[in-house]
Amino acid sequence: MGSLPNFGAASAEAGKVDAVFLLITLIGGFFFLLTQGLLIWFAVRYRRRSPERDNETPQITGNHFLEFLWILIPSIVVVVIFYYGWRVYTDLRTPRAGATEVYVTGKQWMWDVRYPDGRTAINEIRVPQGKPVKFILTASDVIHGFYLPSFRVKMDAIPGRLTTLWVQPDRPGRYQIHCTVYCGDGHSNMNAQLIVMDPREYAEWAKGGGEKGREDEPLPKRGERVVGNAGCLNCHAISGKEKIGPNLGGVFGSKVPLEGGKTAVADEEYLRESIVDPGAKVVKGYPNVMPTYKTSLPPEDVRAVVEYLKELK
Amino acid sequence: MSAEAAAAGAGSGYLAERGWRSWAYTLDHKRIGAMYLYTTIVFFLLGGVFALLLRLELLTPQARYFSNHTYNVFFTLHGAMMIFLFIIPAIPSGLGNFFIPLHLGARDVAFPRLNLASFWIFVAGFLVIIGSLVAPMDTGWTFYTPYSARTQAAVTTLSLGVFLIGMSSILTGLNFIVTIHKMRAPGMSWNRMPLFLWAMYATSIIQVVATPVVGVTFLLLAAERVLGVGFFDPSKGGDPVLFQHFFWFYSHPVVYVMILPAMGIISEVIPVFSRKPIFGYKAIAWSSLAIAFLGFLVWAHHMFTSGMSPLANAIFSFLTFFVAVPTAVKVFNWIATLYKGSITFESPMLYALTFIFLFIIGGLTGPFLGALATDVQLHDTYFVVAHFHYTMMGGTVMGFFAGLHYWFPKMTGKMLNERVARLAWALIFVGFNVTFFTMFIVGTRGMPRRYAEYLPKFHTENVISTVGSAILAIGILVMVWNFVQGLRKGTKAEANPWRALTLEWQAASPPDTENFHEIPHVTDWPYGYGTKKA
Amino acid sequence: MSSGHPAEHHDPEVAFESAKLGVWTFLATEVLLFGALFTMYTVFRAKFPDLFHAEHEKLNRVLGAVNTVVLITSSLTVALGIDAIRKGKAKLLTRYFGATILLAGVFLGVKCVEYAEKFRHGLFPRTNVFFSLYYMMTGLHGIHVLLGMAVLGYVLVLARRGRFSESYYTPVEMSGLYWHFVDLVWIYLFPLLYLAG
Repeated sequence: MGSLPNFGAASAEAGKVDAVFLLITLIGGFFFLLTQGLLIWFAVRYRRRSPERDNETPQITGNHFLEFLWILIPSIVVVVIFYYGWRVYTDLRTPRAGATEVYVTGKQWMWDVRYPDGRTAINEIRVPQGKPVKFILTASDVIHGFYLPSFRVKMDAIPGRLTTLWVQPDRPGRYQIHCTVYCGDGHSNMNAQLIVMDPREYAEWAKGGGEKGREDEPLPKRGERVVGNAGCLNCHAISGKEKIGPNLGGVFGSKVPLEGGKTAVADEEYLRESIVDPGAKVVKGYPNVMPTYKTSLPPEDVRAVVEYLKELK
Repeated sequence: MSAEAAAAGAGSGYLAERGWRSWAYTLDHKRIGAMYLYTTIVFFLLGGVFALLLRLELLTPQARYFSNHTYNVFFTLHGAMMIFLFIIPAIPSGLGNFFIPLHLGARDVAFPRLNLASFWIFVAGFLVIIGSLVAPMDTGWTFYTPYSARTQAAVTTLSLGVFLIGMSSILTGLNFIVTIHKMRAPGMSWNRMPLFLWAMYATSIIQVVATPVVGVTFLLLAAERVLGVGFFDPSKGGDPVLFQHFFWFYSHPVVYVMILPAMGIISEVIPVFSRKPIFGYKAIAWSSLAIAFLGFLVWAHHMFTSGMSPLANAIFSFLTFFVAVPTAVKVFNWIATLYKGSITFESPMLYALTFIFLFIIGGLTGPFLGALATDVQLHDTYFVVAHFHYTMMGGTVMGFFAGLHYWFPKMTGKMLNERVARLAWALIFVGFNVTFFTMFIVGTRGMPRRYAEYLPKFHTENVISTVGSAILAIGILVMVWNFVQGLRKGTKAEANPWRALTLEWQAASPPDTENFHEIPHVTDWPYGYGTKKA
Repeated sequence: MSSGHPAEHHDPEVAFESAKLGVWTFLATEVLLFGALFTMYTVFRAKFPDLFHAEHEKLNRVLGAVNTVVLITSSLTVALGIDAIRKGKAKLLTRYFGATILLAGVFLGVKCVEYAEKFRHGLFPRTNVFFSLYYMMTGLHGIHVLLGMAVLGYVLVLARRGRFSESYYTPVEMSGLYWHFVDLVWIYLFPLLYLAG
C-alpha cells in the first residue's frame, strides 16, 4: 500500500491530496518539458559550428511582451496551485462530525495511545472502518511528528500543547505511522501502526477489552507479543549487536553491575522494577533514558513480559 | 595591463609576495577571497565525507556500520558544516571578495581591515565549531527545541561558533554594500554594473538583515542551556515553536544568500559563451532584489505541520508561491540569451547549463512543498531532501563550480585542463542525478528524513542513491585534482582567455595587487557580445 | 601594509561617506538584533500580561530613571565632542569623550548595583519569563555599552595623539553615531521593562 504517488490512498481525503499532487506534477511536467526542451534545443541548435562565426549574433537585449508574459503566466499558475492546495488542506484540517477521539502522546521513543474508554496501548491504534477518528496529539518530552503516509496527513506532537489530526479510514488494513521530527537516538524506530478493523471485528475487540483479554494465552507468549508492540525492541536487542539499552537475552538471573558501584541480581522483581521505574537502578555504562511503562502497561502485561524474559537465553 | 605582468607569468601580481605573514595580515581582497575559497572548499570536502558515510549506512535498512546515534551525529555535521562553513560563505566571501572590486573597477573593498577581520572571525568561528565536536550533537542543523536545549552535547559551544560565523557574514555583507554604493569606477552607473554585482548586492542586504536574528536565536538557545531561561521550554511558560519561527526567519532568507550569487555567476557565464548580450538585464537585476525582499516573507512554510493556524499557513503558502515568479524570470531570460547565440561548451559553460537544468528540477519541485495539501504529506520526508539538494547543490554548487572554472585563469594565471574538467563534469552530472532523483521517489512514498534505519520497501532506491553518491564523489575528486594540477603546472593564461567584457578581464592574470594600472573609465554595459568589437 | 595600501581612499569625501554608510548599515543589523528580543518581549507579554504586571514592579524604577538620565547626558557629551572637533578643538573633544566614557561607566555601575539587588532577592534569569527577558535585554544592551566604551576609549587615545582635526574626524563621528544608537535602545528598554505594566 502507498507504493507510488496516487496509489495506496487510504481515505477519500488522501485521494484528494493525490489529485493536487497530480495537478502539480502535470503543470510542473509541462514547464519542465518547455524549459528543458528549449534549453537543450537552443544549446544544440545554436552551437558554434565554425570558429570564425562568433561575432554574428543578433543584439537582442530584451522583449517587453515576452517578459511581461512570463511574469503573468507563472503568477496565474502559482495562484491556481495555491488555491487547490489550500482547499484540500482545509478539508484535511476540518474533522468530520462524530469523530472518535484518541489521545496520542509521543515520547522518546514510542507512541502512547489512550482511548476514550480509558484503555491504553503502545505503538498501536485500533479504529473501526468507516468512522472518522480524531487524534489529539501531544508529547511528553521533545517535539515528535505524527505521520500517516497512507492518509497523507502529518502533525507535530508538541510538549505543553495539544494539536489535532483527523482521518476517515475507508479500508481495513494496517497503516504505517512514522515519527517525522528528529527526536534523538530512537527517532527512526518510533514506528507504530494504525489498525483499521472491519466494524464487526472492531466491536468484538472493543467488547473483549482489547486483544489483551485472551484468557488462554500463556504468559510468556503474551509477554513476547507485548515486547514486540510496546517499543522495547527499539532500544533493546534480544541478542547480537547492542542498541541503546542492554540486550534482553539471558538477562534473567544474571548479575547486573549498576551505576554507583552496586550490583543487582536480575530476578523477577528487578525486571518488574526496570519496566515501571527504570531510573531506580541504571545499568553501568548505559544512559538513563528509558521511559517508564507504569501508566502504559497494565500489571498483567508487565508480569507477562517478565515471564517471557525468563525464557530468553 | 602592464607588459611586465604579462611576461612574468604566474606567481606574479598579487601572488608575488611570499611568507605566511603576507597572507595572515593581508589587506588585499584577492588574498582574503582566496583564503576563504581554500577554507570553504576544505569544508565542502569534509561535509562530503560525512555525506558518503551516511549513504554507506543507508545501503541497508537496518543499522550496520555504526550506531543510530553516530548516524544522527553524522547527518547533523554534514548539514551544519555544509551550510555554515561552506555554502553560505563560499561564493560571497570567496569569489565575491575576489571579484567585486575588480568588477567595479576599484582597487579594493570599502573597508579592507574589516574584510581581514571578517576572515579571522570566520576562522575563530570554525575553530569553535570544531571544538564542539568533543561532544558532537545530533540535533540536525536545525537545532529544534526542546531537544537541542536538553541534549547532552556541546550545543552552547556550537552556538558560540555559529554566532561568530554569523558576525563574519554580516561584516562581509556590510562591506559589499558600501563598496558597491561608493566605489564604482567613473562611468559605471547602476545600469552598467555586471549582474554578478546586482546579485551580490541583493545577497548582502539579506545577510545584513537576516543574520542578526539567527545570532540572537543561538544566543537564546545558549541562554536556555546555561542560564536556565525558558523562552522555548513549555514547563517554564515558553513555546518550542517560537524557536522555529526565529530560526526560519533567518534560515529561509539564507537560502537566497546561497542561490543569488550563483545566479549572478550564471548571468556572467551564459552571455560570454553564447557571444550574445544577456536577455532582459533590467529584469534579472530587479529580480535579485525582488527575491531578496520576498524571501523574508515566507519563513513559516517550513512549519506547516507545526500546529500553526490554518489561516497563518494559508498566508505563508500564498506568499511562498510568489518567490517563484522572479526566479522563473531569470531562468527564462538565460534561456532566451542562448537563442540565436553562438555557443561553445567549455567547462564554465557546461556547469552553467547544468545549473539551469538542475535548478529547474529543484525549482519545479518547490510547488509540491509550497502547496499546503501536498506539503503535509511531503514535509520531513526525502522529497524535501531531494528538493534542497537539487536547488542548493544542483544550483549553488554547480554555479560555484562554474565560477571556479570561469575565473580560475584570472585568479591563478593558469589554464585548467579542459578534457579532465569535462570528464569530472560528466561524472558529477551523472552521479548527482542518480544520487538525488531517487530521493524524490522514496520521499513521495513516505520515507521520512533523518532516519538511520528505514523500512525494507525503500531499500532499492537507497542502494541506487548510494551508488550515485560514489560516482559523484569520484567526479568531485577528479575536479579537485584538476584544480591542483592546474595550479601546479597549468599552461599560462592570458589576461582575457574567454574574451569577456567585464572589468576583471582588463586586469592581468593574475591581477596585480592594485588591480588596475589605471582605474578604467566605463562607457557601456558589459554585455555587448556578438558585435564586431566583441 | 596598512598605509599605502592601494585601497586607502585618496578621496577623503568618499572615505567619509563610505564610513557613514557602513556605520548606518551596521546599526541596521543592531536594530534587527535587538528587534528579535523586542519581538520576544511582545510575544511573552501578550501571553502573560499578569506576570509582567506583577514582576515589573520589582524593578528599581529610580535606578532605571537615573540610568536613563546618565545615558542621555552621555549622548549630549558625545555630540558636544563631535561639535568640538568639527571646529578643530581637539582638546575639548578629549574632555567630552572622557566625560562620555565616565558616564557610561556610571551606567554600568548602576546596572551592577541593580543586578546585585535582584540576585539578593533571588531573582535570576531562570526565575520566570519576565526576568529572563529583563536580564537578556539589559544584559545584551550592557555588553553594547561596554563595547561602546572601548570604541570611545580608542577614539579618545587617537584624539590625544592629535589624529583629528576639522578636516578629518571620521572615527569620532562614527563612534558617536554608534553611541547614540546604544542610547536609543535604552530609551525603548526603560519604559518597556520598568514602566509599562
